[in-house]
Formats: sequence, C-alpha cells, structure tokens
Amino acid sequence: MSDARTSHSTPTRLRSLLTGDAWINFGLQIGALILAFLLTSCILLVAGAPPFEAYKQVFLGAVGSVTSFSNVLVAWVPLLLAAAGVLVTFAAGLWNIGVEGQIVLGAVLTTWVLRLLQDTAISPVVIILLAILAGVVGGALWAVLAGVLKTFGGVNEIFGGLGLNFVATALTLWLIFGPWKRPGIGSMSGTEPFPERLGLPTMAGLRVSPWSLGLGILAVILVFVLLERTYFGLRLKAVGKNTRAAFLLGVPTWQYGLLAFLFCGGLAGLAGAIQVTSVYHRLIPAISSGYGFMGLMIGMLIAYRAIWVAPVALFFAALNIGSIQLPIVLKLDSTLSGVLQGALVLFVLLVEGARQRYMRRVRMRIAAPTTLEAPLSASGET
Amino acid sequence: MPISRFRRVLLCGTFAALILTVALLAAACGSTPEESTTSTTIAPSTTSTSTAATESTTTTAGQTSQEFVFGMLFVGPYNDHGWSQAHYEAGTYVESKLPGAKMIYVDKANTSDRPGTTPDQLAEDLVNQGAQMIFFTSDDMKDGAYAFARNHPNIPVVFASGDGAWKDGKDYQNLPNLSDVMGKMEYGKMIAGVAAALTTQTGKIGYLGPLINDETRRLAASVYLGAKYAWTELLKKNPADLKFTVNWIGFWFNIPGVTSDPTQVADNFYNQGFDVVVSGIDTTEALVEAGRLSEAGKKVWAIPYDYVGALDEAPTVALGVPYFNWGPAYLQYVTAAREGQWSSFWQWLAPDWTDINNPDTSIVGFKKGEGLSADASAKVDDFTKALAGGLNLWTGPLNLQDGAPYLKDGEVATDQQIWYLPQLLQGMEGQSVSE
Repeated sequence: MSDARTSHSTPTRLRSLLTGDAWINFGLQIGALILAFLLTSCILLVAGAPPFEAYKQVFLGAVGSVTSFSNVLVAWVPLLLAAAGVLVTFAAGLWNIGVEGQIVLGAVLTTWVLRLLQDTAISPVVIILLAILAGVVGGALWAVLAGVLKTFGGVNEIFGGLGLNFVATALTLWLIFGPWKRPGIGSMSGTEPFPERLGLPTMAGLRVSPWSLGLGILAVILVFVLLERTYFGLRLKAVGKNTRAAFLLGVPTWQYGLLAFLFCGGLAGLAGAIQVTSVYHRLIPAISSGYGFMGLMIGMLIAYRAIWVAPVALFFAALNIGSIQLPIVLKLDSTLSGVLQGALVLFVLLVEGARQRYMRRVRMRIAAPTTLEAPLSASGET
Repeated sequence: MPISRFRRVLLCGTFAALILTVALLAAACGSTPEESTTSTTIAPSTTSTSTAATESTTTTAGQTSQEFVFGMLFVGPYNDHGWSQAHYEAGTYVESKLPGAKMIYVDKANTSDRPGTTPDQLAEDLVNQGAQMIFFTSDDMKDGAYAFARNHPNIPVVFASGDGAWKDGKDYQNLPNLSDVMGKMEYGKMIAGVAAALTTQTGKIGYLGPLINDETRRLAASVYLGAKYAWTELLKKNPADLKFTVNWIGFWFNIPGVTSDPTQVADNFYNQGFDVVVSGIDTTEALVEAGRLSEAGKKVWAIPYDYVGALDEAPTVALGVPYFNWGPAYLQYVTAAREGQWSSFWQWLAPDWTDINNPDTSIVGFKKGEGLSADASAKVDDFTKALAGGLNLWTGPLNLQDGAPYLKDGEVATDQQIWYLPQLLQGMEGQSVSE
C-alpha cells in the first residue's frame, strides 16, 4: 500500500481501486464474512463443538429437504418485508427502530378484523383481504405516530420507536390475557386459533403460502423501483443525505420523512398480517418473532442497497431455520445463529469503517499533488 | 451507471454463490465427523444392549433393526428442575430400559425462546433427524400437536397432559395416531396441601399458579382440598382461619416482559404473611425464594412441583415435592410404537398405591422434604395411606368459587367433572378465569 506514495504514475487507477471499485468492496465484504465465520467458529470450539459439523447441520437444516426450505421461505417473507421497509426509512435518514412494534400492530389489527368477521357470512377471501389490509394500515399508522412524534414533538425516532414497541407489546399482552382470551383460559400462550379457511392457502404439504411469498417479493421490487428508479426515491435520498440542502432545493422534507415512515410501517404491518394469516393463525406475544430488529440488521449489513435485500434476508432466514438442528444434533444453543448474524453485521460495519478511514487518508495524501482531481474521488461509491 | 448497476447485480449473484460454496464446503468437510458423532451417540445404548443381551447379538444388522428413535419436544429447558426435566429424564429412562431406543429432542420449544417456529415444525425437524415417534410434552403445544398428528398420520404422537384422544372428553380430535397421557397429579397436590396446612403458622397458604386452564384449576383446587382437610380434620381448626390464595403468572414459566415474575410473586406472598407457597409452575422460583428468605431469618417454606430433584434447590425449606415420573408410561408408549402396536388412547394414570414413589411403576409420587416436621411427616404418610385406602376429597358438598353448587352432599366427582373444573372452589381466593 505504500505504493500510493511512490508510484505517482498511476494515481487514478489506484484511487479508483481504493475508493470506487466494487471488486475491492466485494473483497472486503467477503473478508468480513470470513471474519464472522471465524469468530463464530472460535465460539463453537470454546463450546466444544466441531464448527464444520455445526455449519453443515445448519445448512442441511435449511435446505436439506423441500419442507425445510419451505420453512426458510416462511421466515424469509416477513424478513423481506421488514428489511425492505427499513430501507425506505434509512434512505430518508431515519432510524425506524419501531419497526418491531409496527409488525405487532399489523398483527393486532389483522387479528381484530378476523375476530370481527369470522362468524359472519362474508366470504373468507374477502375477510382475509380486509384483515391483511387492516394489518397494513395498523403498521403504517403506528409508524406515522413515530414520525409525528419526531416531526411535531421533537422526539427522536429511535426513542419514539422504542417506546412505541413497548406500548405495542403491552397492548398485545393485555389483549391476549384479557379481552381476546381463549374461553375459560388465561394464558400468554395466545388467542384462540382461527379456522383454517381464514388462513392464506399454503402449497400442498408445506407451510409456505404462495400468496405471502408473492407479496414479499412484490414489496422488495416495489422498494427497489421506488428508491432506484423514481424521482420520489431520489428526493427521499436527498432528504436522507442532507435535509437542509434538500429543503433549500425545494423538497418538502418532513412530509417526505412521514411518507417514508408510512411506507415502512405499511410493509411491517403486512409482515404482521402474514404472521397471523399464514404462520401462527392467532395472536401470540412473540408474533413479530424479532423480524423487525433482524430487518434493521439486514439494512445495516447491506448498506441500504435494495438489490441485496432478497439474498441477505434469505441467508438470515436460512440461518434461523437451519440452526434448530444445533440443539437436536449437537446439543448446542440455537441462538448461535444470532451470534453469526450479529458478528456478520459487526464485521461488515467495521471493515466498511476501516475502509472509509483508509480512503480518507489516501485521498488526503493524493490530494496534495493533484488538488484539482481530489473532489472527483469523493463521488465514488460508498 | 448501467455498468455499475450490472456490476451490482453480478456481485449479488457472486455473493450468493459464494455463500453456497462456503456452506457446501462446510458440508463436505463435515461429513466425516458426522459419522463419528452418530456412532458415539449410539454407543451408550449399545453398551446397555450388551449388558442385557449376549455380546453376540450386537451385530450391525441386529442393531439397526433394534434402533428406535423417539423425538421429544420440551416447552422449557431440559434441565429446568421441573416439568421439562421430568420429561427429559423419562426419555433417558426409556433409553436405559429399552435397548436400541434413542431420544432426540428440542427443548425451549416455545415462541419466545424460538421465535418464528411452531411445535409441528420443530417436530418435523426431529423427524428429519430420524425420529419415528413424537412426544409433545406441554399443553402449550396443543394446536401444534394436533396439526402434526393430522399431517403425519403414520407417525405415532403422544401429547402429554392432553385430552384430544379422550373419546368422552370435550376436545376429542379423532386422530388415530394421537395418544394422550397424564398422571393423576391431583393426589400429589392433595398431599402437598396437607403438608402445607400442617406446617403453616400464619394459616396463609399461597399458590403460585402458571396460566389458567382446566388443568391448573383442578390442581390448585386439589392443593386446597388437601389443605382444608388437614386444617379441619387433622388439626381441628376453624376453616375460616385458613386463607388460600392463588396468583397466576400467565404462563408455565417466567418469560421476562410477558409473564409476571414468579420470584416477585413468591416474594409478595411471603411479605404478606403467607409462610408456605405451593408452586404450580414448571420451575423452582418459589423454593429458591423461600431458601433465600429463610437464610435471612424468615420462617417460610415452599413446595415445588413436577420434578423429584427439585427439592435440591433449597432442601431445608422444602416440605416435599409432588412429582411426575413419566418414565414407565413412556416406556409403554415407545414399546408399543416400536412393535407396531400403536393405537390411539387416552390415559389418566393413578399412582401405584403400593408405593407411590416406585420409579418403575408409579407415574405420580410425593417426596418429602427436610422442612417437614417429624409429626407432620407422619401425618402426611397417614394421609397417603388413607388416599390409597379410598379416601376421596373430591366428594360433595363442594361449591364453585362463585357459590354455584359443584358437587351435592355425598356426590363423588367424575373424571369429567375433575378434569374440566370450570372454576376454583369456594374458599379459594384468586382468579378462576382471566379478566
């Protein structure tokens, strides 16, 4: 790397390598992936378990059979929705920590509509549609609440979101143990399951529903197009990068922030609705299954680039489902998948941080002899 | 721009391919140790085979035909000193008694500990690992157990504590591969109630309840019936001076942020003058808390539940433990499944009255603790003998909590009346259903 100082003959190429070239970024991210695996392997070794055997079990547990892969897809859909959602708020420079609660509220409203209409003569298709729609609205409203608190109340969206997460959980617990309790029962186990006709139809013999799968994929495409292909997305990113500049250029900034919340909350609410109509068929305290926080992790991991949502979410879902083999076969705790996921995010962020620091230093060194070219390098990808 | 986008797509693909390669590599590298692990895990059962049978019978062919893998799902940790551990030890009991039988399990099978999963999905994971029959060992898995039994009609399913296979029950499912088993813990709980009433000095007994359903109501009521009997018949005290309060935490064990904290609930009992707390939850918080307070000089006792080893948590303040001994029953179920003799049936098994603590015959037992005085201990023994002799405390007149008649004078409760007890009994304080 000391070449940077000595060989002035190829500064442009070097710079593009260090700052803009995607292959370097790619290499660094693979490095982070390897580091994450190394760390997890060390933990496995400390726990007295063979790492390769553990990875193999996780892998087979995720894709070893059609059933297990379909279970991965079941987890993939809400993850997709949550991750795609937070990308929109990330683009607007907002940390929507409240996504977890937005999933919960989506689930609550879906359950509410199903409960209201389950004994009526309305066709199940209409009931399910209305219930899912209610879930979307519930999530969106809960998100907008966080947005309003930020815009008009001056409450940072991180704190607002956290608070609303707690409120959403408390509401769920109250409903499950109180007004929506199973007859004669008082249990945090969950509400009475809905009849099969009120669930999204699944593929034969499997748990995954083509409808929820379609909705998840559609949502990702929508977010990708919105962020990468539309004027709206461009403005949203402008707000995220520099609110003041965007405002001066005529972008209605707080409105855009609220819209981002609305959009993200809607997707999170949809995730909650799918958890109720296609996974649990009732409301349970852990209805969000932590997918909101995992979605945030994915958002950070992929540095907010929408094209990566689908594969990375699939990877996370596979880890979640596959890791259940660990306690069965190796008597290991399955939270190990969480360790790997966390380590992955951490190392990617670390490597990215190190790269940016290094870049800045190199840029400053190069900037001295060729001042004119310097600003150009800043426009490289980050 | 289009080039960079193209690159990104390309990168995405490469990334996915790389993950796949890494995983495949891992799989390839791991294949050799896998064989060695399976053989080592089989090893213990092989040794037990050789002790039971002659050396020559342990040929490879004989072994494979003999091996029978049963899968178990525990709602809590396998070592919770309570409900789940009792089932886990039953699994090891079957392994030790039935050569070739091998247990695989998933513990903490609940949506808080394993988010995104369902019991039927976890059971399928066990089947993928070779399980030939599945034990769902918690009421919390009811819907999952039924769904699994329905979707896998060829796999024998045991649902512990359930009534789905009870033809005369209210929740009969008509699933030919589903069987239920439950112990008549009412007896163990009545003995616990006697021990509690004989020990309390304040006349206030607290019941640390899990969630509210038919099972937990009838078990709490059993403790009360035992306590009332000891209070009025053995101690000849005024029934009005006995206070029996039930506090429910909302689930079988503590889920932080979701249920009430059982340690807190037990602590509240002790601080309000309840000197004996009888636990109805899966874990041992009440006993641990009693031990802690006793060390601080308070005269308090506790009665844990479910698992015979629970007393070890704080032996000196434990009056005893009503416990499940699922092993013999599970041995019967696994043997039936292995021999292809499976049929759907429901069993509500009484203790073996010749010796309720016989590990090979009695599904329900009561192990006395160090905290029980010599006098009380003798009275507990007498009471157990009286139960064996036919004493039935589920005899009228008994009213429900709201005063509605439950059993007329002299009327003996039927199995249905006990199993589906709709409310707590008159004289008990606490919620009968959630509000």
